[in-house]
Amino acid sequence: MHKSKKQTTHIPLFILGGVVLYFLSGMVDELRVYQGASIAVYVIAISSIILLTGYSGQVSLGHGALMAVGAYAAAVLRIEFNVPIILCFVAAVLAAAIGGALLGAAAARLSGPYLAGTTLALAVGLPSLANQFTVLGGEQGLLFDVGFPPLSLGEEFTQYKWFFWIAALAALISMWSVRNILNSAYGRAWRAGRGNEVAAQLAGINTARSKVLAFTISAGIAGLAGALLAMTIGTVSPSAFPLALSFSLLTGAVLSGITTLGGVIIGAVVLVAIPEIADVVAHRLGSSESVTTNLPGLIVSGLLILTVLFVPNGPVEQHRARNAKHEVANKSSKKKKHQKQ
Amino acid sequence: MQLLNTLLIGITAGSIYALMAIAFVLVWRSTRVVNFAQAGMALLSTYFGYEAVSRIGSFWVALPVAMIGGALFAALVELVLMRLLVKHASSGPIAGVAPIIATLGLLGVIRSVISMIWGGQDLRIVAPISNNGFTINGSTLVFSPLKLLILVVVAILLILLTILFQKTNLGLALRASAHAPEIARLSGVRVDAVRTLGWALAGAAGAVAGLFQTVNGNGNFSPDSIEFSLLLVSGFIAAVIGGLDSLLGAVIGGLFLGIAISFVLMYVSSGLFFIAPFVILLLVLFIRPQGIIGVKAGRRA
Amino acid sequence: MSLNVSNLTVHHGAICAVNQVSLAVPTGKLAAIIGANGAGKTTLLRALSGLNKPTQGVVNWMGETITGEKPEKLVRKGISHVSEGKSVIPELTVRENLELGAIWRKDGKEMKESLDEVVNIFPRLGERITQRSDTLSGGERQMLAIGRAIMSKPKLLLLDEPSLGLAPLVVEQIFQTIRDLTTQMRLTVLLVEQNAMGALKIADLGIVLNLGKVVAVDHAEALIQDPAVRAAYLGY
Repeated sequence: MHKSKKQTTHIPLFILGGVVLYFLSGMVDELRVYQGASIAVYVIAISSIILLTGYSGQVSLGHGALMAVGAYAAAVLRIEFNVPIILCFVAAVLAAAIGGALLGAAAARLSGPYLAGTTLALAVGLPSLANQFTVLGGEQGLLFDVGFPPLSLGEEFTQYKWFFWIAALAALISMWSVRNILNSAYGRAWRAGRGNEVAAQLAGINTARSKVLAFTISAGIAGLAGALLAMTIGTVSPSAFPLALSFSLLTGAVLSGITTLGGVIIGAVVLVAIPEIADVVAHRLGSSESVTTNLPGLIVSGLLILTVLFVPNGPVEQHRARNAKHEVANKSSKKKKHQKQ
Repeated sequence: MQLLNTLLIGITAGSIYALMAIAFVLVWRSTRVVNFAQAGMALLSTYFGYEAVSRIGSFWVALPVAMIGGALFAALVELVLMRLLVKHASSGPIAGVAPIIATLGLLGVIRSVISMIWGGQDLRIVAPISNNGFTINGSTLVFSPLKLLILVVVAILLILLTILFQKTNLGLALRASAHAPEIARLSGVRVDAVRTLGWALAGAAGAVAGLFQTVNGNGNFSPDSIEFSLLLVSGFIAAVIGGLDSLLGAVIGGLFLGIAISFVLMYVSSGLFFIAPFVILLLVLFIRPQGIIGVKAGRRA
Repeated sequence: MSLNVSNLTVHHGAICAVNQVSLAVPTGKLAAIIGANGAGKTTLLRALSGLNKPTQGVVNWMGETITGEKPEKLVRKGISHVSEGKSVIPELTVRENLELGAIWRKDGKEMKESLDEVVNIFPRLGERITQRSDTLSGGERQMLAIGRAIMSKPKLLLLDEPSLGLAPLVVEQIFQTIRDLTTQMRLTVLLVEQNAMGALKIADLGIVLNLGKVVAVDHAEALIQDPAVRAAYLGY
């Protein structure tokens, strides 16, 4: 009873969210708008990790590479064939999804550290492939231009606002889709397989297919994020998708709570906010340049360790667990009252 | 001639990967964790070695200093980080991923702290013996006294560690603590201390890998140097190819990877340097999912 | 009385698994602990060997208070626990599993003597001494587990359901061996079993646990004759 009530209120919530964001973007300066777009991109990317690792239990250290696949697909289509922008994004999703399907099929027999290491190798290797093929633009990369905002939005509607608008819309749509996928039979199959693979198989779930499906969908989402990232930077190149990006995604997912979608925005905001906060802190302390440059990395990594140690299932889950405990305690005390009567 | 050189390059690079792989396997065999920060620790140990060289001037002193420093640091990490991890994050869906994430976080912390203390610029450690190739019949091989030294050290380490694990009580305690800590405790083994020791050994092995990786190249190293990213990825892949459970496998995996990459670079394309490890890994895991020496996980009775 | 337990209470999170249990076992006697699933038998043993920390109560062994001490220490005090089910390390060989039992004693010669002794008691282990332990049958694994416990020259032996999953003929053998060991090595033994009849038949003392509490303590033969016990645990 609880669940269906929640689900039907979802669409209005998302639309409301969209309207709020639209108005917000009008009130805020350019840097914030740009950061807002980055947050939207991270939200999408982190949700792909939550799906794959939190729900399906497969660790990927290579989602940066999958983002790159999506980004390059979109850019190539735009440059070579002048495909309309929205189709470029669709292509990004499809290309990355195909990559994810291949990777998932190859990785279906792997688990834990073996899977992590394989995806790690992919993250290091894949972006550099761009240097091999001229159509991929080599080291400098390709330009990715989504075009100017339509005139109907008015003269003051800046390029960055346009980016934010597109990214936020994409984020809302993808979040809605992911939520529905996670609550569907597929999502349940993933959680079953994550918990106990043999038991899941005995229950009739084709765990291998289920795992490959998780990889495919997760990759598609990451591909979308990659294309959007390319949009905000304006170019696609190997250096935009370093190993550190894959690690950041994992960090963001852990910070948000890797098993639940609810906290995604937390992780995304933290990842975007950290460099700024670190900057402020470093200046307050009047530190040397080496400290300033490295403080963001230190804080992010340190945060990762602290989170996985003390809030391993994420702040949202922690909160829910605490509430659940209270509920149980209340119910049992109510029961006792009844019994006494 | 080219064939021989390709082979030799591959063997030398491979033996350094093997050292790194040994470190991974040591941690895995004693605590069933993959320590993604291993290369970061190796990097840190290299800096320890650098300090030693700057003050004392001898590489041969720097090597044990780096090893001891690496061992102590690794033990510290196990004592603080890993024990906390076991306490707080060993149940629930996060349990499988938690050590991976924690060690990745540690990797980032180590790199940042190194940059903060020593700065991001290249530092240099000079090789102790010549890295000029031997000459045979007038043509120069890519093999040098330094490379020979590296091979010899790897071989010695392998033999010593194998003896430790297979023939001594301590080795038995290490293996028992990794496979079944509860049974080990009921047999009187001080499991916590033993696991710390496993990490310390790994730290020492990693230190050797880090130093050799540096002097085998141009001697320059820095927190972001590509050599250490490579060490991380290749060391891990080598360990997996060999079957994460076996020290001999680590060495074979390392050599195999080194030679395979070398041949790909020479005969296929040099641009495939970064993607080659991934492809090789996939191929091996496809043909033999448990690794070259790994044993198939038996059915639980 | 070499083993004295007073008001022992052990919790699993919020659940009380062992509730104010008191018992005393004389030196050299075999006490069978029977009860339904979930009665707290395994938790009781785990608290005695140091794997679980009691919330309350005192455990006294050979005059010394050992409540809450770590298993590594208790092994050195002569307490050996063969835990339920997977008490053998499958990846190690038979010899290595046995050597593990004596590893803390550090004396190579003594270890060799103990090894020979165990192989004498369990000749099948001798035949398979170099094989990996996951190649052993269920019965052989149980022998190996008990053999390993004996390698540490224990004075108190805690056995958790050694007959679980074994064929009836093998169960008989194992029970007989346990009885012989108790007598010959003058061990004090706590035998937790679901196979109540088999356990009581070889025991001196019987203790019945239900929902974490002791509901009956008596000589084993008396319990076998007791109609309530017969109805609840012996099936007739």
